[in-house]
Amino acid sequence: MGTQSDLRWLLLIGIFLSIGLWGGAGTALAQTPDPRQITDDQVNAIAKHLYCPVCENVPLDVCGTQACEQWRQLIRQKLAEGWSEAQIRQYFVEQYGDRVLATPPPRGINWLAYLVPPVAILLGAWILVRAFRGRKHPPSPSTLPQSEHLPPEVVKQIEQELRER
Amino acid sequence: MSVEQAQAQEQQASTIRLRWGRGLAWLALFVLLIILAGGLLRNQQGAVSVGERIPEFTLTTFDGQTLRSADLRGKVLVINFWASWCKPCEQEAADLEAAWRFYQPRGDVLFLGIAYVDTEPEARAYLEKFGITYPNGPDLGTRISQAFRIRGVPETYIVDREGTLQFVQIGPFRSLSQIKSAIDPLLQP
Repeated sequence: MGTQSDLRWLLLIGIFLSIGLWGGAGTALAQTPDPRQITDDQVNAIAKHLYCPVCENVPLDVCGTQACEQWRQLIRQKLAEGWSEAQIRQYFVEQYGDRVLATPPPRGINWLAYLVPPVAILLGAWILVRAFRGRKHPPSPSTLPQSEHLPPEVVKQIEQELRER
Repeated sequence: MSVEQAQAQEQQASTIRLRWGRGLAWLALFVLLIILAGGLLRNQQGAVSVGERIPEFTLTTFDGQTLRSADLRGKVLVINFWASWCKPCEQEAADLEAAWRFYQPRGDVLFLGIAYVDTEPEARAYLEKFGITYPNGPDLGTRISQAFRIRGVPETYIVDREGTLQFVQIGPFRSLSQIKSAIDPLLQP
C-alpha cells in the first residue's frame, strides 16, 4: 500500500512538474518575438506616416532605398515586440527628429503650418464677401455727397444745366 | 448729436478698424515672409566651412558614454558621419580605423563616428564588421548632422585643438595617407 501511495504521489508530482515545465516553456516562447508573424500591411500602415530624411518626400512604405528597408525592418521588429503605433512613431521621432513625421507635431513654430492656411482662407473669404456686397449694394444715399453741402449757387447752376439738356 | 454726425463718426471708426485690420494683415504677412526667408537661407547654406568654430554637440555612444564637444578642446577631433546603408562609407572604414590606431597612443587625437539615420542593430553590425574601435554613436534626432549641415554620408570634419574646423572631406577618404595628411599639420606645435 505504502509503495502504491508513494507511486501515486510521484505520479502527481510528475504531472505537476510537466505542466509547470510546459507552461514555462510556453511563456518563454511567447516572450521571443517573431517578426515573421508581422505582415507587410501592418508595417506599411505605420510606415506610410513616416518619411526617411535621406529620401525626402518619399513615404517610408514606398521608399526603395536600403535605409528605408532597414527602417521597415525596425518597425516590424518593434511590432513583434508588442509596441503600439504611437510608441513606434515616438521612437522614430526620438531617434531621427520631428522631420520623419508626415505632419509636424503642433508645437512651437509648427503651429504656423496649422494656423496660416485656415486664416488665409478665412481672410480670402472675407475679402470676397466684402467685394460682392460692394457690387450688390451701391453706396447708400447717406454716403453720397449731400446737395446741401454744396453752395446754393452751384446747386442752381447744376439744376440749370440739367434743365437745358 | 445729429444723425449725420453719428454717421460720420461711425464711418470714421469703420475706417480706423479697416486700417488696423490691413496693418495687422500686412504685419502677419511680413512676419511669415521673414520666417520663410530664414528657413530658405538656412537650407541654402552649405556645410560648416573651414575656419568656422564647429557647433557644440553631445554624442551618446552605443556603449552609453556621453561625449561633449566642449569637453574635448585641446584634442584634434576627427568627426566622421557614416551609415551602415552607405556603400561609400565602407570604402574608408578600414582606413579610418587604421588611422585611429595610429594616432590613439598620442592621446591628443580623438576619432568620433556619428551614425546618420541608421538603425542600431545595423549600425552595430557595421562597426563589428569593420572592427571599428573608436567611439561611435547615433545622431539622435539628427541634431548633430543638422548642426553641421551635412549633405550626405560619408563626410568627415577635422577640427583643431581650439575647436575650429580645419579640414572637410566630402565623400570617402581614398587612403590612410590622405587621412594622415589632413591630421598631421594640426599636430605640429
